[in-house]
Amino acid sequence: MESSARPNAGNRGAIYGGLPEGVPPGLAPQLVRFCEELREEGVKIGTAELLDSFDALGHVSWTDREDFRETLAATLAKSQEDRRVFELVFDRFFFRAVEAEAVEKGLKETRFQGGERIDLDDLRQQIQAAIRAGNDGEMSDLARLAVAAFGGQGETSGVIGVDVQRIRRTLELRQQGRDAQADGEGLDRDNLRRFEAMLRRELERSLIHRTESLPPSKPLAEFDRALPGGPLQDLAQVHRVVAQMKRRLATSGHEARGRRRSQVVDVRRTMRASLETGGVPLRLRYRPKRPRRPEIYVLCDVSTSVTSASVFFLSVLHALHDAFRKLRSFAFVERIDEVTDIFERERSFRAVSQRIAREAGVADVSGYTDYGRVWREFLVRAGDDLDPRSTVIVLGDARTNGREPHAPLFGHVAERAGRTFWLNPEPRLYWNYGDSVMAAYEPYCDGVFECWTTKQLEQFVNVIAGRPELPS
Amino acid sequence: MSEAPQTAGSTSLDEVRAGLTGAGYLPDEAAALVSFLAHQLGKPVLVEGPAGVGKTELAKALSRWTQRRLVRLQCYEGLDEAKALYEWNYRKQLLRIQTEAAGTAWQDVQEDIFSEDFLMARPLLTAISTEEPVVLLIDEIDKTDQEFEAMLLEVLSDFQISIPELGVVEATTRPLVLLTSNNTRELTEALKRRCLYLWLDYPDAERELEIVRLHVPDLPETIMRRLIEIVHMVRKLDLKKPPSIAESIDWARALILLGATDIDRSVFERTMSIIVKHRTDLDVVAERVGVKLDDGILGKAERG
Repeated sequence: MESSARPNAGNRGAIYGGLPEGVPPGLAPQLVRFCEELREEGVKIGTAELLDSFDALGHVSWTDREDFRETLAATLAKSQEDRRVFELVFDRFFFRAVEAEAVEKGLKETRFQGGERIDLDDLRQQIQAAIRAGNDGEMSDLARLAVAAFGGQGETSGVIGVDVQRIRRTLELRQQGRDAQADGEGLDRDNLRRFEAMLRRELERSLIHRTESLPPSKPLAEFDRALPGGPLQDLAQVHRVVAQMKRRLATSGHEARGRRRSQVVDVRRTMRASLETGGVPLRLRYRPKRPRRPEIYVLCDVSTSVTSASVFFLSVLHALHDAFRKLRSFAFVERIDEVTDIFERERSFRAVSQRIAREAGVADVSGYTDYGRVWREFLVRAGDDLDPRSTVIVLGDARTNGREPHAPLFGHVAERAGRTFWLNPEPRLYWNYGDSVMAAYEPYCDGVFECWTTKQLEQFVNVIAGRPELPS
Repeated sequence: MSEAPQTAGSTSLDEVRAGLTGAGYLPDEAAALVSFLAHQLGKPVLVEGPAGVGKTELAKALSRWTQRRLVRLQCYEGLDEAKALYEWNYRKQLLRIQTEAAGTAWQDVQEDIFSEDFLMARPLLTAISTEEPVVLLIDEIDKTDQEFEAMLLEVLSDFQISIPELGVVEATTRPLVLLTSNNTRELTEALKRRCLYLWLDYPDAERELEIVRLHVPDLPETIMRRLIEIVHMVRKLDLKKPPSIAESIDWARALILLGATDIDRSVFERTMSIIVKHRTDLDVVAERVGVKLDDGILGKAERG
């Protein structure tokens, strides 16, 4: 950031990576360039925002890093999502600007060279104390020291991510609650993450010093944007994904609220309009129609082949519960059982799966899906509750393991419900191959969907909420 | 921004911070800065964040500090321009037409009934047409629909309202505008473009301690620390509705009323319904937090 205000930022050659040739000196071009980087990362910034940020910067002091950052953030990043990207890009951009300046001027730090050995045990303790205290300044100093200590031993792999993990391991930094035996010893997750970010930056800096050039600036990896990756162990993560989805869903579809049938005359507005015609109500005004809040019955196959998709889907629906008037979920393998309660109570993803396996009476002898029995039992348990307002959603791969599909029974379910949808966690290509009997059920459904990515799921949720499909 | 009518003169960031603190609101770095910028630039601020972190409170504090009247527009689904901008007082207009003898020319009546006498100003019109500058709070903008947002654009960027029968009403004073959103839906780009953005989150323990201390000064320090610690722990659980700052304060007040000298398990279980408001959440909290109160894990952390 300091460099951004310097006048001589001009003649940087392309050898320094990202910075282009011929950028005129001063803050303005740097800021424009910064905005371009933000745009590349998907933050929507218009000229209006850019002008605002200039305006705003006129009112704050640039020497205070925090003020400078907050000012830019307030004018450029207009959502929490944008804000997170902003933080990452801000750090990267101004860090690189400083480093480029240093490379250009041939500045080099005298670092802790191999001469004196740093006592590892001592360092370890200091770092753990610093992370526990959450002191930023100390943490960043120690990060530098740690990198120096390890760099001095010639142990750098050149891949920053690998080095960070190696240093972390050597320093025995454990996260709170992650390892049972380290309970109480563990470190706060956020502080630890901050320390890792500092390590990362120090390593990058030392890499720049060694090679005397900036590596090309990479777009932020999906990983940095922190969507939950890997196995979804935590419903909290599901909820975070869903929160985003929910906002998008709530945004779209307002245009679909028409005034079509069953209109109610709004007397007040009609009277108001009649004044234009001297008190004679020539034009009627109607009350706007409220959005549809469907009642939903979800039937999920939880046999081993589709468990993860099912539980994820159920979690998503439950996280979206307030979009529906009523939501009842059922899990089935050979038999069917209601699991609404489990989802309302349990918060951890694994606990949900375990309780379904343990408590729900879904398995019998073979452990293979028996659709005929499932339809029959569902009709007994919930058949009377189904009415034209209800939506039935089945999630399953429609693999009967050679058993009779009992499609007419399913037809009976579909007949009672207002709408019926089938989600298949297999790609369409595999449908009706082997023991998949999708074709038998398809005619009874109002729609069949593939469902193996979050995007497809979102599409589908849009459809059940009675909205137009999103552009893909 | 030079054309802004009656901007309140320039202030410094520190003055804003001190002013808000004086008004009973402890702003964090970002909140103070954005309030300052809004004040200087005359731009509306979009404040987002979870429920109960003090978004509305910020607007109130701003109004107390600047000694401006607070004009509040509470948004809800179905809010339309008749309730937000202005409305013709049609009853009065009808009466006017009826009391008019048959002899009057239509032209006269028409000119008469569409005058400001028959105009009922709603919050937005009030905010821009008052003599004294005001603080305009548009609360929970995410509850309205996009059409309404679009209608706001004229007010927010040009501080004017077009009334077909009267013409354009321009602001005589420029209000300080805050829009709050609970982030339940994405707002339109056009609206965001016109605003500064402020994300308010739950405060860290130290700041929340100060806030509670400010509101409930009688609570003993040790209990207060413990209370904040528990609230923070509860927030970390994935609840349907995490406790807000207001609820921490309520809890502190309740503890004073009960004359509690410590928060142990029984006190906690009796009073936790103040900070947790869902049946399922109550179970989770009792299970996770109640237990810790027993074996003194919390007591240990108190030193730090």
